[in-house]
Amino acid sequence: MTADVIPVHQGIGEAAAAVLEAADVVKVLGAGAGEVRALKGVSLSLAPGELTLLMGPSGSGKTTLLSVLGCMMTPSEGTVRVCGQSTKDAGPEDLAKLRRNHIGFIFQSYHLFPTLTALDNVRLALDVRGEHGSAATARAREALTTVGLAHKTKSFPSALSGGEQQRVAIARAIVGNAPIILADEPTAALDSENGHAIMEVLAKIAADPTRAVLVVTHDPRIVPFAKRIIRIEDGSIVGEERRGEGRGNSDDRGLGKEQDMRRDIEEEDGIQTKRVRMQR
Amino acid sequence: MTVMAQLLAQPFAMSLAFKLARRNLFHDRLRLVATVIGIVFSIVLVTVQLGLYLGFGRMVTTMIDHASGELWIMPAGTKSFEDPSPLDERKRFAALSVKGVTDVTAVVIGFAEWRLPSGGTTPVFVIGSDVRAPGLHPWNVIAGNSEALSAPNTVAVDQTYFDRLGVKGLGATAEIRDQKVEVVAVTKGIRSFTTTPYVFTSLDRARSYTGTSAAKATFLLVQLAPNADAENVRTTLRASLKDVEVLTQTEFHDRSREFWLFDTGAGAALFAGALLGMIVGTVIVAQTLYSSTKDHINEFATLRAIGSSGRYIHTVIIWQALINAVIGFSIAAAIGLVIVHMTAEAALPILMTPGLTIGLFALTVFMCVISAVSAIIKVMRIDPAMVFTR
Repeated sequence: MTADVIPVHQGIGEAAAAVLEAADVVKVLGAGAGEVRALKGVSLSLAPGELTLLMGPSGSGKTTLLSVLGCMMTPSEGTVRVCGQSTKDAGPEDLAKLRRNHIGFIFQSYHLFPTLTALDNVRLALDVRGEHGSAATARAREALTTVGLAHKTKSFPSALSGGEQQRVAIARAIVGNAPIILADEPTAALDSENGHAIMEVLAKIAADPTRAVLVVTHDPRIVPFAKRIIRIEDGSIVGEERRGEGRGNSDDRGLGKEQDMRRDIEEEDGIQTKRVRMQR
Repeated sequence: MTVMAQLLAQPFAMSLAFKLARRNLFHDRLRLVATVIGIVFSIVLVTVQLGLYLGFGRMVTTMIDHASGELWIMPAGTKSFEDPSPLDERKRFAALSVKGVTDVTAVVIGFAEWRLPSGGTTPVFVIGSDVRAPGLHPWNVIAGNSEALSAPNTVAVDQTYFDRLGVKGLGATAEIRDQKVEVVAVTKGIRSFTTTPYVFTSLDRARSYTGTSAAKATFLLVQLAPNADAENVRTTLRASLKDVEVLTQTEFHDRSREFWLFDTGAGAALFAGALLGMIVGTVIVAQTLYSSTKDHINEFATLRAIGSSGRYIHTVIIWQALINAVIGFSIAAAIGLVIVHMTAEAALPILMTPGLTIGLFALTVFMCVISAVSAIIKVMRIDPAMVFTR
């Protein structure tokens, strides 16, 4: 695997280098008659200090793109570079190493370990990196403090609300100081209040000039938090919007009013799909 | 570094992998109980089979091990101690003339019929040697003494067979080959794997009871001078004596053991039972580990997604296997000790030596780790991207 590394974190005043770059990425899933071109030449880059939303209807390729950007899949064509390292020809262990060292994940259904406490769930991200002992525990506590759960370190996931579980998942994603945070529908399973709180946390994380945050979402309420919105349809990027400033820590909760967007809710094959189109 | 080496090198630093493994196991206690029962069943079965093997192996050579004599002279082709072919006793004198030999003792063995005082008969295995010379005499004497066998028509029997022989202890009388005998010594723990009681007596009485001619013996036990070279003496004895074999005590021990354990198929049957136990245990543990892994597939996928190496995941699964092994073995060993205690006085006692215990633990660990393979294969096939769809 190619491993020419470029500096990840640059000075705040400088034009920050991209920590994640995808160029002409094509991803073919399946084979033969069942072959599907899930991504058709996608190019994008994520710079630190930004919260980017990736939006698109169901089946548009969001999850596939997230999997490719998150080094869970390699592209069929094109290149993906994570902190300067190409994923081309990388084997499963190489990809795992890239994820371990450079990417923090937040999942829609949290994926916490039900048999471990909140603290241990966060420590796990360090444990898989070979970081054990009291230093790791201290860092895990710090991460939980960052997401406002300093008082829940000994709680098991079953004793936490959905919002709290997602905060633990965020703590797990950031505890290793990964420069890239990828979040898959982090607010989808939460009510608007908890969703808002989670986005507040993510916006704060994205404000760190060493981190880039990419959020895949259907949820139009979180648009105000984004600095940048990328729209994907049928495996291709069909639009991109740069917003002046993400809302960050704003207390204004009138989320829907700030958006100049149109919502279509379609019912397709029994699956409810929210399609969010941005007026450009 | 292998996973096992990593486990040994960092048992405490890997605490989360261990904790995760332990919690995964104890999270579903019903499955844990099923797994442990499987391991216990398997290890107890293996313990019994190997314990019997050890016990049997020790019993079939017990007479050889308790005899005094560096070399054994026996008819050519003798397979075991219990193979009573006659040997011309004149060879004893020829052997005595060989340099380095200090004494040669004749031993006579054979089956005879014991008539109980209350009527009825039972077969016995008679062993006779010169009471005044080093040879093959009763040991573990708990009543009377073996020197008393020099008196006419006296015997030593084991207390285990009192009921079979219809006697109650010292002074009891019975008949062998229509000759009255008196019990003058009682031993403890000299049991025969054939369940036929051993009866010790003097050389001439043994000949009489077994119908062996006065000029015949079954074995000649050779005592060597302190500085004698056993191999040289053996070579000389082989050259000077026809139609006999000259074996060291160890060689005869091994030949006897091999005959009874392998040539008769008894050992193979015990090994087959042990192997069956291992296979059953491995399958049960493999099935439950696989099933446990399948139930925790989301967690393993998450581990993979957050970048854990294959080695880390292997470590978690192998810890699960090792925890199973330790719990299963501890219970199995306790049950094994009870069985050993219960069979201590049986005709064929089950033995549990420190070596066997260590070996069984190693076997349990090996079995559980091998069982983890299917779970590891399952986990390594996980697509980490599945975390996005579940």
